[in-house]
Amino acid sequence: MAGEDRSQRERAMRARNRALAAVLVALVALFYVIAIVRLGGG
Amino acid sequence: MSELPSALLARYAGATVSDYLQILKPRVMSLVVFTGFVGLVVAPGHLHPVLAAIAVLCIAVGAGASGAINMWYDRDIDAVMRRTATRPLPAGRMMPGEALGFGVVLAVGSVVVMGLAVNWAAAALLALTIVFYVFVYTIWLKRRTPQNIVIGGAAGALPPLIGWAAVTGDIGWGAVALFAIIFFWTPPHFWALSLYRAGEYAAAGIPMLPVVAGPRETKRQMLLYTLMLWPASLAPWLLGLAGPVYAGAVAALSLAFTGAAIRVWHDDTDRSARQMFAFSLLYLFLIFSLLLVGHIGGGAR
Repeated sequence: MAGEDRSQRERAMRARNRALAAVLVALVALFYVIAIVRLGGG
Repeated sequence: MSELPSALLARYAGATVSDYLQILKPRVMSLVVFTGFVGLVVAPGHLHPVLAAIAVLCIAVGAGASGAINMWYDRDIDAVMRRTATRPLPAGRMMPGEALGFGVVLAVGSVVVMGLAVNWAAAALLALTIVFYVFVYTIWLKRRTPQNIVIGGAAGALPPLIGWAAVTGDIGWGAVALFAIIFFWTPPHFWALSLYRAGEYAAAGIPMLPVVAGPRETKRQMLLYTLMLWPASLAPWLLGLAGPVYAGAVAALSLAFTGAAIRVWHDDTDRSARQMFAFSLLYLFLIFSLLLVGHIGGGAR
């Protein structure tokens, strides 16, 4: 039972880490796009 | 990861990605994003489509941040009410600090990105919206006065101004008209809900109008606000922001909304209040949709 809980928690943690990584990549892309558009006079 | 002490795992691995999304109040966020988007589209001027998309994203994230901080502060009363008891914090799936940290990071991030990418007037309005919702509504008014959602409703009415300011860099009369529509719409919308949830609000100690002044006074004020909504909802037409089709449709919708308030006045059961709450959402969505369609169609002005 405890092992099952632990595995469930670890799954949740992995999903959160993946989501955080996706957010960080999206932020990098966002700032890149903002820079390009602003430098282009947008 | 498996070497972490079990107590630490138990403390930090509970909340799922879905819980994080839930504390952003996605349903509230969708209405905020839509009204902000309409403000951005109907504003005079031009904004690069990419920057417009970023402005809408910032409005969405700012609204989500406000929701997360609200859930952090209200976790005690959320646990008492059936409607909110299953939220991540009262259900024990998320630590309070996680929600607060998440909300603050998103709030600061959305304002900074709005300022850097779009303009600082829109960023200042976004910051004002978040601060007003958290400090004025959630912390100050919500538990103290039955006028909580009247004054606090200003926070929900600000997104069209943010969208407008993203394009123009300032606030015009058209933006004020959009603000007024949501401001006068909010009390009858929330009081319709609180009429049939009065018991839960009373148990949680929230002084909603039906709890403090009773259903009769609440129904009277709901009717008054639906009448005050008439000039506000027609203002975009009077200001030249919308055309006669908008005016006709809004008159019909406002008549139906006022009719709903009259039905609530005469009904001693919850039925009419539930119907009015559902119709209020449709009312606001249709009003802003009409503005959007009229503007895109080009026949609005």
